[in-house]
Amino acid sequence: MSDGQPLRLAVWKLASCDGCQLALLDCEDELLTLASRVEIAPFAEVTSRTDDGPWDLSLVEGSVSTPADAERVRRIRAGSRVLVTIGACATAGGIQALRNFADVDAFRRAVYASPETVEALARSSPVSDHVPVDYELHGCPVDRGQLLRVIADVLAGNRPHLSGASVCEECKRAGNVCVLVAHGTPCLGPVTRGGCGALCPSCARGCYGCFGPADTTNAPALSARLEALGMSRPAVLRFYRSFNAAAPPFADESIRHE
Amino acid sequence: MSEPGSGDSRRITVDLLTRVEGEGALTLRTRGGELESCELRIFEPPRFFEAFLVGRHWTEAPDITARICGICPVAYQMSACHAMEAMAGVRIDGPLRDLRRLLYCGEWIESHGLHVGMLQLPDFLGYPDAIAMARDHPELVRTTLRLKQTGNRVMRTLGGREIHPVNVRLGGFYRLPARADLQALVPELEWALDAARGLAERIAELEFPDFHQDYELVALVHPDEYPFNEGRLVSTAGIDVPVGRYDEVLVEHQSPHSTALHTATARGTPVLMGPLARYALNHERLTPLARETAARIGLGAVVDNPFRAICVRLVEIVFACEEALRILRGTVSADQAAVPVPLRAGTGCGATEAPRGLCYHRYRVDADGLITEAKIVAPTSVNQARIEADLRALLAGELSRPDDELRFLCERAIRNYDPCISCATHFLDLRVERS
Repeated sequence: MSDGQPLRLAVWKLASCDGCQLALLDCEDELLTLASRVEIAPFAEVTSRTDDGPWDLSLVEGSVSTPADAERVRRIRAGSRVLVTIGACATAGGIQALRNFADVDAFRRAVYASPETVEALARSSPVSDHVPVDYELHGCPVDRGQLLRVIADVLAGNRPHLSGASVCEECKRAGNVCVLVAHGTPCLGPVTRGGCGALCPSCARGCYGCFGPADTTNAPALSARLEALGMSRPAVLRFYRSFNAAAPPFADESIRHE
Repeated sequence: MSEPGSGDSRRITVDLLTRVEGEGALTLRTRGGELESCELRIFEPPRFFEAFLVGRHWTEAPDITARICGICPVAYQMSACHAMEAMAGVRIDGPLRDLRRLLYCGEWIESHGLHVGMLQLPDFLGYPDAIAMARDHPELVRTTLRLKQTGNRVMRTLGGREIHPVNVRLGGFYRLPARADLQALVPELEWALDAARGLAERIAELEFPDFHQDYELVALVHPDEYPFNEGRLVSTAGIDVPVGRYDEVLVEHQSPHSTALHTATARGTPVLMGPLARYALNHERLTPLARETAARIGLGAVVDNPFRAICVRLVEIVFACEEALRILRGTVSADQAAVPVPLRAGTGCGATEAPRGLCYHRYRVDADGLITEAKIVAPTSVNQARIEADLRALLAGELSRPDDELRFLCERAIRNYDPCISCATHFLDLRVERS
């Protein structure tokens, strides 16, 4: 901001459900404050402005799953000083990365009567497979509070602190009784990145891994415990293979159960 | 630019429709001042939900299908739950049914609040977005944001979080919300009820284009209530069947310009779902203040001007606040968080009213509880053909206008339907080809 120009924020969407950019709109109390200090455009869901770059910060939602999006994300990167990917789709390929474990042509034929008109890559991949990414914000969806802190940090020129600790740490802090140990409820909390505030165990259900793998995981040990609880191998496979199916520790563990 | 009768041709495009959910484009082709074609192109990348649901466990459908749409995850969760529960022969009644309606009230208030304030109102007042609008109309923007926030609070209290709630399961919920947390919603909903009534009167005084269409409107109809989760599939042109017969009366086909599948009636008529349809078919069963608001702002029995959908959305916000308060003031304590839903292999259908229209799911499940077939029809994919028909009618007398004006007119008209392109699989790019 040395030249007195306002900082410029852009929000982009690739293959996704819109939920992570909605998390930004869900900052109802902070949105107008942010908008008074930062120029926000493009952000197709919110504004008809289609300003050109460069941008100080680009938030990218969604996975790369078509040749056009692979090209688009390169242009976004070239125009952005800092690029932050938001959500399970952008950081891990999302639920649509289930195609990576299947035959995409068969998927196309299953859904569309004229599959030849539908363009799709065989894989749904995270943005970081295509261009350098500065920070990744995980979650399906991202946590609103985390998103605001990262935007504030980046725009202030600070390095955001993003913990890679597991859901278990947050769950203990929340004072929950362990659903896995005390109730035998299958839970991915031990191998899943925190950030949600241990939402699922707080609702008396097991974590289903929507924030993706924690920084350090021991998935085989957890799988042994899940099987000891009576989960079948296919059920364990499915447990790891959902919203972050293509994230390496989860992908490896699901493949081990094929 | 083209002159009528000159034989000139134009191709006008909107490369990326804005203030809609998801990514789509519009291409208009004109020749000699006549509209040749009008294609709403949805180029959101295909995500293949119906394919990868095959082989998943039936209990996973609510959480997986929620990811079709971050704006209306509750609609997907509810339609999936009802489809599976219908297959199992389980009915959810009493307090659990009320709590599901309460969760849905939250999603309607949030989604309609977002649409009214941030997506549609800037068109009426001449701003590119709500942020610019907030400089001149700060109270208006703050009110719609607070309405949206109220909806989010309801969803968070019941679902754990507002986007992709975690607390919904077949048979009910994982954990019942604490009574104190539910009661804490009451003052904010009381504020929202008053605010929505005031906003409806203010917005009804805006200028609306004089544009009327004869729609076949389709919505759920329930004998006792304005519909969320239950009812018969009814149209204003005589369809009246149980939800299980959806596939007989509404048929999908693929159009080459879109990754969304199109829908028409078995007779080939495009239909419209969403607030206009629900209102036309159910307004007698609105709650008292919602009915009073509709009358006060001059809505008749049928609203046939899509630009007035913003008014109907506000009436529905009033309804959702009133309904939520009714539930919260009644008995909301249930004995258990969920009723058992035993596996019974077979086929099940469910349809519920997403904010933008009916969301239909059909699943076939085998004896191991694995899904062998899934069909999901989002309201935007159903509405797409009808949106194109409206654009053709709207443009008929307007083609001599410059490209930029046509672009704005089309984008504005498209926003009337609150299209959720992520749902319909999927971005608007307007091109007008004048050849």
